Amino acid sequence: MKHLLGTDGLDRDTALAVLDTSDGLKRTLLGREVRKLPTLRGRTVITMFYENSTRTRVSFEIAGKWMSADVVNVSAGGSSVGKGESLRDTALTLAAAGADCVIVRHPASGAAHRLAGWLAEAGTSVVNAGDGTHEHPTQALLDAATLRDRLGDVEGRRIGVVGDVLHSRVARSNVHLLTTLGAEVVLIAPPTLLPTGVADWSVGDAGSLVVSHELDPELPTLDAVMMLRVQAERMHGGFFPSAREYAIAYGLSENRLRLLPEHAPVLHPGPMLRGMEISAAVADSPRAAITQQVTNGVHVRMAVLYHLLAGEEDGS
Amino acid sequence: MTTLLIRGAAPYGEGGPVDVLVRDGVIREIADRIDADTGTEVLDAGGLVALPGFVDLHTHLREPGREDTETIETGSRAAALGGYTAVFAMANTDPVADNAVVVEHVWRRGREVGLVDVHPVGAVTVGLKGERLAELGTMARSAAGVRIFSDDGLCVADPLVMRRALEYTRALDAVIAQHAEEPRLTVGAQAHEGEQAARLGLAGWPAVAEESIVARDCLLARHVGARLHVCHVSTAGTAEVLRWAKGRGTRVSAEVTPHHLLLDDSRLSTYDPVNKVNPPLRTATDAAALRAALADGTVDCVATDHAPHASQDKDCEWSAARPGMLGLQTALPIVVQTMVNPGLLDWRGVARVMSERPAEIAGLPDQGRPIAVGEPATLTLVDPAGRWTVRGADLASVAANTPYEGMELPGTVVATVLRGALTARDGKAAK
Amino acid sequence: MPPRDRGAPEPAGQRELLTAGDVARTIARMAHQVIEKTSLGASGAPPVVLLGIPTRGAPLAARLAARIAEFSGVTVPTGTLDITLYRDDLRRRPTRPLGETALPPGGIDNALVVLVDDVLFSGRTIRAALDALRDAGGRPRAVQLAVLVDRGHRELPIRADYVGKNVPTARAEEVHVLLSETDDRDGVLLHREGESG
Repeated sequence: MKHLLGTDGLDRDTALAVLDTSDGLKRTLLGREVRKLPTLRGRTVITMFYENSTRTRVSFEIAGKWMSADVVNVSAGGSSVGKGESLRDTALTLAAAGADCVIVRHPASGAAHRLAGWLAEAGTSVVNAGDGTHEHPTQALLDAATLRDRLGDVEGRRIGVVGDVLHSRVARSNVHLLTTLGAEVVLIAPPTLLPTGVADWSVGDAGSLVVSHELDPELPTLDAVMMLRVQAERMHGGFFPSAREYAIAYGLSENRLRLLPEHAPVLHPGPMLRGMEISAAVADSPRAAITQQVTNGVHVRMAVLYHLLAGEEDGS
Repeated sequence: MTTLLIRGAAPYGEGGPVDVLVRDGVIREIADRIDADTGTEVLDAGGLVALPGFVDLHTHLREPGREDTETIETGSRAAALGGYTAVFAMANTDPVADNAVVVEHVWRRGREVGLVDVHPVGAVTVGLKGERLAELGTMARSAAGVRIFSDDGLCVADPLVMRRALEYTRALDAVIAQHAEEPRLTVGAQAHEGEQAARLGLAGWPAVAEESIVARDCLLARHVGARLHVCHVSTAGTAEVLRWAKGRGTRVSAEVTPHHLLLDDSRLSTYDPVNKVNPPLRTATDAAALRAALADGTVDCVATDHAPHASQDKDCEWSAARPGMLGLQTALPIVVQTMVNPGLLDWRGVARVMSERPAEIAGLPDQGRPIAVGEPATLTLVDPAGRWTVRGADLASVAANTPYEGMELPGTVVATVLRGALTARDGKAAK
Repeated sequence: MPPRDRGAPEPAGQRELLTAGDVARTIARMAHQVIEKTSLGASGAPPVVLLGIPTRGAPLAARLAARIAEFSGVTVPTGTLDITLYRDDLRRRPTRPLGETALPPGGIDNALVVLVDDVLFSGRTIRAALDALRDAGGRPRAVQLAVLVDRGHRELPIRADYVGKNVPTARAEEVHVLLSETDDRDGVLLHREGESG
């Protein structure tokens, strides 16, 4: 694996290998006082974040450091990017400075793909930490890891994804990964928040994708539910009339939690808007797997770095 | 007193090869065999198809303002090499061509270069802002003789402003060319609103944003009795609207770009902004509908929307890139590939869509004329069997943003003749 | 030229060094050696823990523990120690999957840890195992090494305390240990390069 740009096109065997490695790393580090592995010693990993994000950046930084890589963080604000340097020039500069791997988050969809192209000659690996509304593959991987922890397996399960699917890179990445792993994904949102033609997206043979506009009838049928962030600003684009109406129709309240089967966990990529897409009580209940997601996030990102940087260099 | 003998060409690809004698810019004789006098330049046109010189109703020459991407000189060169003898230069320059001073500059510069007739298009509204009409009459009466007005790049969205513009041009024997895009439906749009863009996380540009404006403007044009021209038709739905409008007698004409005849949104997956264009590449179904509409005359002509861009505006992430593609030198081969070779259009048809109809729409008296004795010798000689591989760096434009990089295309322009003078020959411009 | 008349038919290019019976006898002998050298069960003797290095070191450690229990009556705690994350040659091959690290419930503090592996060659695996052991937590009193086959060509100052069989080899040859837990039978094969296999 040379880059991790998305889960669309990530084959099942590779996805499972990364998840298995993540589990292995978690078990290896469990209970250890010294949480450090020498595996990526001497490798240089640079995070390029053009969007503010503490949690994801910190997660990647910890992941790299626990593998003994040298991790350097570049954020858009104080750097030459603020002075108008192009994405391409910044990336080439970092590669020339010795980066083995660049982890990028950027507001433009496709930014990670373009970076991979520009860095092809330098041989630098690229990890997409979120590009516009396109993909956020490590989020999907940590969500899948969390689902495996709670449910044992993802294959044959029915997973609900609720909220602003249209603007969500987390939703897209989860759709591709979960269907590849054999799950049925149910997208639940008002029509204004669904991407064009999503019901007909080809998702391979293993899983399936359905769309619904009503949350309550779907809840009792789900093995897990993933609540997406909903930005209140979307109200101004006419995507829904008011925050109140949205919360009433699609918010995961305590009443709705009771409709969900007992074994079904609640996931959320964070940060949460308590009272909007998820009630405070639900967010704090033991059914919510949010802290598990964060923990898995570090191990999954360690596993991704392992698969990109620890094996022999290949061109794929 | 220059004489040119074109030997062995097939006018409109019909009949046996003939010799065409040109003197002082006029076709003097057409016969099976004409002997050359000494001092007569002979152009061996064996196996070539002779067509009236191409007329492009939609080109961006970028001068004044963005000479780093194209100038009137380099654009003229590209035009001549592409078989064009007249081009209409869009008004979205910097400064905008919304007054007689700018259009006369473009007009004069084009004449100085002398490789192609450059006709400036005047803006419809001041500064392309869509609020107040520009001095259309002054531009029409200027030395540039503007006959086509367009805010291209932007839509004249306000229905009242568009109505007034249509009414006003009735007195000027001119036409408004509309870039149809309802701006409220395309805020932040990056690519055709369809499954491809949705998967790739690119904000959508819905077909209805174009179709609704075309329908509105056809109704307005008919209501006020004016002519309307629709720029770069890109959707099957627009073709249907045009059919309906023409069917009830609306005086509307329409153009389609070569890239909308060939390319579709499957090109998006690499996120390479060389494919980013406005209106965007649509689906394969739309492209097929446009080819059929061009063949049956619903869409009147091909116009390149030649749009040079600097490398820093294309070698970046998609949302930061400027939309537009080069088109002058690849137009004819794309038409051969998409229309002639599949049998949708014969060479007469090519003459119609690339020369006769555009000349008619623009009101050019000396272009798009029949290849006959007494007519201006403004011709393009095409090798239907020629093939070439497109390399952006080798094209005459300053910019190199062609989506056909590395593609092998059929049909080459061997020579272009403008009123008897060779402006391009064997891949080299005359100056 | 390798002799071809050695009992059961073998694929060309390979020579069987140990048969299934040889393997069993070797493990039994090693068990006796461990019991003796560690004074297993004697008062004052340190507790012994076996840690097998996956892949084949793990079933080997389990078998060794079984034999030790059989001969001495003492049940020796057994676990596994995966060294993949500590290898110094990861970039030579495509990404390797991780093996299982499972220390026995009592841990390794103050114990005499015997690392168990199938083949000892350059010594790099064992060096990585020592690093992994140090990070695993707990401080053994001592660390020893048991291997089924020592094939020579050490690149580091590492030696085994218990060796099943010493096999002189050429660098380019390969030694393959087969165990029924992971392969279809027991045995040890020598693979010569350049011959069809």
